[in-house]
Amino acid sequence: MSQWSFRDILYPALFGVSVLLAWQLIVRGFGVPAVLLPAPSDIWIKFATSLPILWIDFVQTFVRAVIPGWIIGSAAGFLTAIVCDRVPFLRRGLLPLGNLVAALPIVGVAPILVMWFGFDWQSKAAMVVVMTFFPMLVNAVTGLQAAGHLERDLMRSYGSSWGQTLLKLRLPAAMPFVFNALKINSTLALIGAIVAEFFGTPIVGMGFRISTEVGRLSLDMVWAEIAVAALAGSAFYGLLVACERGVTFWHPSYRR
Amino acid sequence: MRTEKGPPIPVASLCLLIAVAWYLAAIPMNWVITGPKIEAAGGGLSNVLAFSWNEQRPVIPAPHQIIIELWNTVFAVAPWKIKSLVYHSWVTLSSTLLGFFLGALLGIVLAILIVHSRFLSKSLMPWIIASQTIPILAIAPMIIVVLGSVGFTGLVPKSLISMYLCFFPVTIGMVKGLTSPDPMQLDLMQTYNASGSQILWKLRFPASVPFLFASLKVAVAIALTGAIVGELPTGAMAGIGARLLNGSYYGQTVQIWAALFAASFVAAALVWLVGFAERNTGRLMGARP
Repeated sequence: MSQWSFRDILYPALFGVSVLLAWQLIVRGFGVPAVLLPAPSDIWIKFATSLPILWIDFVQTFVRAVIPGWIIGSAAGFLTAIVCDRVPFLRRGLLPLGNLVAALPIVGVAPILVMWFGFDWQSKAAMVVVMTFFPMLVNAVTGLQAAGHLERDLMRSYGSSWGQTLLKLRLPAAMPFVFNALKINSTLALIGAIVAEFFGTPIVGMGFRISTEVGRLSLDMVWAEIAVAALAGSAFYGLLVACERGVTFWHPSYRR
Repeated sequence: MRTEKGPPIPVASLCLLIAVAWYLAAIPMNWVITGPKIEAAGGGLSNVLAFSWNEQRPVIPAPHQIIIELWNTVFAVAPWKIKSLVYHSWVTLSSTLLGFFLGALLGIVLAILIVHSRFLSKSLMPWIIASQTIPILAIAPMIIVVLGSVGFTGLVPKSLISMYLCFFPVTIGMVKGLTSPDPMQLDLMQTYNASGSQILWKLRFPASVPFLFASLKVAVAIALTGAIVGELPTGAMAGIGARLLNGSYYGQTVQIWAALFAASFVAAALVWLVGFAERNTGRLMGARP
């Protein structure tokens, strides 16, 4: 899929537009009350008129909590994976635990973190760190073992040190796995930050806004927040995919 | 999910290390609360340990406090009482299982449609991926309130959230699995004059079973997460999520940790069950161990 054809854009766009159109027609045609499902046009009007609030919420949740947490959590997971790779004992102990923790409902830690780090963005960032750490650890450890034996033997016959092998062979070979984890983490991070806001927050933030506006039954505002979240999430994801293409251009899945 | 088989010594020693670190960390972390009490009792190491590890509402409870709380709420109470963790786990588990079942079904149906229709694979696939960038857990309160006002309450809204979360890995895995037979095998089916449904049932579906179970393991874990979060925003009275929320309102740290451990046990059991089904299905299909 290295060449985007016209149809690759046309079909999804057609599908999306027809879904929006059907949504609008059903809501208007059957007179669905706005407290159940607002029409896309109403959501757009609300979106356009409340841009300042949406921006403040976006900064609080996305810029202050999601991005730093995502960077710290992914970096910590990555560094731990390198340490694990250097110390096999640690890897044999930590990897089964990491696999187990990756399957656990980690969002449950949110109330504890809110208690420890307070109501502001610090506790949300901490939540994101906890959520993003283990997927990165598991993926990076797997990725560091991805380089083939032939290549490793070649590096050894060149007399290269552990560090040189790591930098020149094994880290590049691990990159597809690392980017996989980064992409998984980009969605997990947004979820973590928003869920942590359910447990206590200053009066800004996307999770806070969603839960209070639901309480006031103004669903058009909720949908506007959802649109912001979806846009931010997709942009984040798209950026990562672009980076991945640049870094792992050699990978078979990009060859034609 | 890949687990590394090896001697249990590294895992055990790491667990031991974590427990020791936990006990040690409890002393400075609880100092805010226990410090004055320790000084009032005259200080000394024995007082420090006694107060730090037995505080009623600690910043971080000692592991044995959690175990005692678990014992008290699991075994010392009848399982149908509101105080029993078994009761809360069952409430969460039932909506998890319903959501998991619906999500797996939806995921498989979508994958079959996508594999058979070029238009759908072009138009639907990008939206399925985009659907996951929407943090559904954030919309969970709205879904539950809206469905509640239409008349759906209790189990169904929570399961719908689980369903939305867990159809995605199943669809992705099954699309991969259903397209995994190589062209030679597909050509062979063509020469046998097999119909589309015969190719699906006799070739594509058996070939996709390993992919299916790998995705189901991921799906069942996030279905549980979805059910727990689904209980948070509505002020649900029962379920592990309600337990967590209750604990955070009243500062009952030990209760939060116990609920968290219960959720972990449920998650581990569910993943193990899917793995068990995988091994048995593999054996029935004649896979080599």
